[in-house]
Amino acid sequence: MEILLIIIIGLLHAGGLYMLLRRSMFKMIIGLILLGNGANLLIFLLGRLVKGNPPVIEDGMKVFSDIYADPVPQALVLTAIVIGFGLQSFAIILIKRVYKVLNTDDLDELNSTDEEI
Amino acid sequence: MKSLIFKTASTYLLPLLLLFSIFILLRGHYLPGGGFVGGLIAAIAFLIHSFAFGLKETQSIIKINPGYLMPIGLVFAIGAAIAPFFIGAPILKGLWFEEPFKFIGMVGSALFFDIGVYLVVIGATLTIMFSITDTV
Amino acid sequence: MLIAVILGFIFALLVPLFSKFLKNAIPFLYSALPLSLFIYFLQFLGEIKFRGHILFRFEWVPSMGIDLSFRLDGLSLLFALMITGIGFLVFAYTAYYLKGHQYLDRFYGYLSMFMASMLGVVLSDNLMSMFIFWELTSISSYFLIGFNNTDPASRKSALTALSITGFGGLVMLSGIILLQATGGSYSFTELLNSSEIIKNSTSYAWIITLFFVGAFTKSAQFPFHFWLPGAMKAPTPVSTYLHSATMVKAGIYLLARFTPLLGDTFWWNSTLITIGAVTMVYAAIHSVLRVDLKSILAYSTISALGILVFLIGIGTEKALLAAGIFILAHALYKAALFLITGIIDHETGSRDVSKLSGLKQVMMPVAVAGFIAALSSAGVPLLLGFISKEVMYEATSQFGDWAILLTVLAVLTKILLLVAGFWAGIKPFVGKLPLEFGEAKLPSPLLWIPPLLLGVLSLGFGTFPSLITESLIQPVFSSISGSDTIVQLKLWHGFNLVLMLSILTLLAGGILYWLWKPSNDLFQKTVQFEVVSPQNIIENGAKSFGSFAGLWTGFFQNGYLRNYVITILAFLTLLMAYRLFGEVDIYIDWDQISNVSHYEIIVVVLMIISIFFAISTNSRTTAIVALGVVGFANCLFFLIYSAPDLAMTQFSIDTLTVLLFMLVLVKLPKNKQYSSKGIKVRDALLSMMFGSLIAILTLEVFEEPSSSEVSKYFADNAYLLAKGRNVVNVILVDYRGFDTMIETVVLVIAAAGVFSLMKLDLNPSKKDL
Repeated sequence: MEILLIIIIGLLHAGGLYMLLRRSMFKMIIGLILLGNGANLLIFLLGRLVKGNPPVIEDGMKVFSDIYADPVPQALVLTAIVIGFGLQSFAIILIKRVYKVLNTDDLDELNSTDEEI
Repeated sequence: MKSLIFKTASTYLLPLLLLFSIFILLRGHYLPGGGFVGGLIAAIAFLIHSFAFGLKETQSIIKINPGYLMPIGLVFAIGAAIAPFFIGAPILKGLWFEEPFKFIGMVGSALFFDIGVYLVVIGATLTIMFSITDTV
Repeated sequence: MLIAVILGFIFALLVPLFSKFLKNAIPFLYSALPLSLFIYFLQFLGEIKFRGHILFRFEWVPSMGIDLSFRLDGLSLLFALMITGIGFLVFAYTAYYLKGHQYLDRFYGYLSMFMASMLGVVLSDNLMSMFIFWELTSISSYFLIGFNNTDPASRKSALTALSITGFGGLVMLSGIILLQATGGSYSFTELLNSSEIIKNSTSYAWIITLFFVGAFTKSAQFPFHFWLPGAMKAPTPVSTYLHSATMVKAGIYLLARFTPLLGDTFWWNSTLITIGAVTMVYAAIHSVLRVDLKSILAYSTISALGILVFLIGIGTEKALLAAGIFILAHALYKAALFLITGIIDHETGSRDVSKLSGLKQVMMPVAVAGFIAALSSAGVPLLLGFISKEVMYEATSQFGDWAILLTVLAVLTKILLLVAGFWAGIKPFVGKLPLEFGEAKLPSPLLWIPPLLLGVLSLGFGTFPSLITESLIQPVFSSISGSDTIVQLKLWHGFNLVLMLSILTLLAGGILYWLWKPSNDLFQKTVQFEVVSPQNIIENGAKSFGSFAGLWTGFFQNGYLRNYVITILAFLTLLMAYRLFGEVDIYIDWDQISNVSHYEIIVVVLMIISIFFAISTNSRTTAIVALGVVGFANCLFFLIYSAPDLAMTQFSIDTLTVLLFMLVLVKLPKNKQYSSKGIKVRDALLSMMFGSLIAILTLEVFEEPSSSEVSKYFADNAYLLAKGRNVVNVILVDYRGFDTMIETVVLVIAAAGVFSLMKLDLNPSKKDL
């Protein structure tokens, strides 16, 4: 299973980069989100895959009795997901705003600096 | 989004989801959940309501501008973080009441910290979504 | 001692304070500093005579072997006295010279900073701290040269000087580090014991080459000499202080200081003799082709520095003695000449030596000072310059096979320098006073006493050499040469070859001065040769380096962000791929791999299909939905592999993102195809390479045994210490609470950004319509 996940991580990164290199800003954001997903999955995978044993101590126990999934990558990814949301929403609003002002989605048309708008 | 069913459903969904979000928030220390998820669920609850009844209606329910929730949440979180400082412990050390409360369980600075996160997440998410819906 | 060195920096820092409350007192306040330091150093004279050297130790960075140790011996004492003594005269001179200048306070600040750095250079025993002070002198000299910062030429000269000396300093730093690696210490005193080891080591050639670059740049040796004439853009007190008496001698100091440690080898001697000889002759010729007084003096200074390098290169006891005396003699007469030039410039507004004449009639004391300085520079008996010249000829004429050549070069240089010195010190004062300078008058004694005082010293030391022989010259000689030979300085050596040479010099110089008048035409003729001058070559090199950098930047940073991404990632991918193919075995440890169940397959297939859709579709809605599916599939992975918290968060976030996209982007127009097929293929190839690289890296990392100490600690203590059962949440709100707090702040910032972007009216002009 890990092999399949690694392939998916590779695919997410490849797809993300490909979209990032497009000229359309919309596609760029798609690429950004794909890359974010890929990175999250990567960190998650490196904590090893454990099925059915979340890092929650059972009721009445004080320490773990069974094996448990690594909590550190989970905490990292959780943070990353929320921050990623902040980034994505900002990026989405940004292209919306750019579109409103300049009426284009093409990055190459934003290449001039500080023109009168 | 003028469907009657949706409108009726969301009237009931709002309190239910809010209650659920608080439940998720409070149990976060013991079971999956916590401030982030709780805050997101609460934000979604308000969003659904706003889709059904329009932004104005939702804003009148919340009463205050959701933007204010962010500083309030930050105050909670920072307060919980520096509270130990006043009793001579290092900043961010967990402080706990001796006895568990009814329904809630153990209460400590970590809980207030989580509440702060909860409020910030609601505030930030709603600010983002509302300002977009507003201008679309 | 530490305070003595640091005091200048403190004074420099206090300038803003003083200029606020004590603006008018600044010149006196600041002149008191070098004077008191001069007296402070004078009292060491006796001690040095008996003890050789004194060490003062202050710890600074002991772990790296860097401390603020100061070594006071003959050589450093001579320099310290020159720095503070001439410093005092210059400080006092400035009080009148720049009187009423808007930035006089700043000027004193820079001057005292420079003085402190210079003291640091000559007193430091630790080479690292010496290097720091060394660079500080370059920096403060940058400020001083560029003091008239409204003049572009002045700024350019300052920058040239800084780049040349700063570059030399950096080269010297590598020499210092190499020396430490070879000799095992940064302390000069300790290094002295391992002199033989260093000389026999393989890195010796490198060490001296690097030190040479440092010394030659600082002391304006050929081919780095050109910054010094440029530096004459500075106000005259600066030229006097930095560019004749002290800073430019730092390179000489360095060479003299390291003679006992690194000197007396073939490479050391032959390099120094060659460079020194080239510089002294080249600059001496230049000096008599100039008409601007300061230019003449600048080139004659370079020539004098060349003589010093040349003498140190000869390296015999006589030569080192000559160098020691010449340092002092030159400082005395050259500083005086510069100060006199300043006076002339100040009073007549001209520095053109072909026009100046007859000023004796209006400023007699200045003329007297000028005569003494010029005669000392020429080496007329009864002046210090004479003694130094005698010893110098003695040294060259005794230097084995090359004696004749070296002596001829020395005599030639001396003849030309005599002319240059006469032009600067005598020519402006004799003859008829032209009408245009009729307004000139004798300035305040503050201006003419310093050069006169210097002249008196030249005369006094020259007439009664015993005044300084034992107390100063002997320790200087011992610390340069490391030998104990007793120094004897006499005015009358008997009627021998050296005296013949002296007379020849004076006669030839006198005749030349008589015949050759300074003229602008001659100077103009030399300008055409500038094309092949080192200055031109180096400046052109710097220019083409600049344009190369421009081309390079233009090529790689062309303004298309994605091209940057392509460049960076393509480079990274190729680099990593090279390493991976060459040296890493890719293997899969099947024991670590878990089995695949049917529902997992479904999620994987779902994921792959949706990625494909998100990339390939041209419809926005499809792309957004596909993206949502990718997120939900991710969410399922989290759910399957024991991360309920993640699954919940991902689920809510994904919902929100899709909503957001829908709200915002649906109203945008249809996607357009911007890129051509070729570019698409290129990007696709690069992306696939990058994806495979990431996959392989992930595999490699995954195969490495991971250390879970942190996780274990968190998990074991989650309930015991933090009273929580959900370890992920405990990490977020307790163990790593600070991270979470910052994260919430980030979220707030993002929300504020969105809010302002949406509500901000970027086009306020519309309101007017």
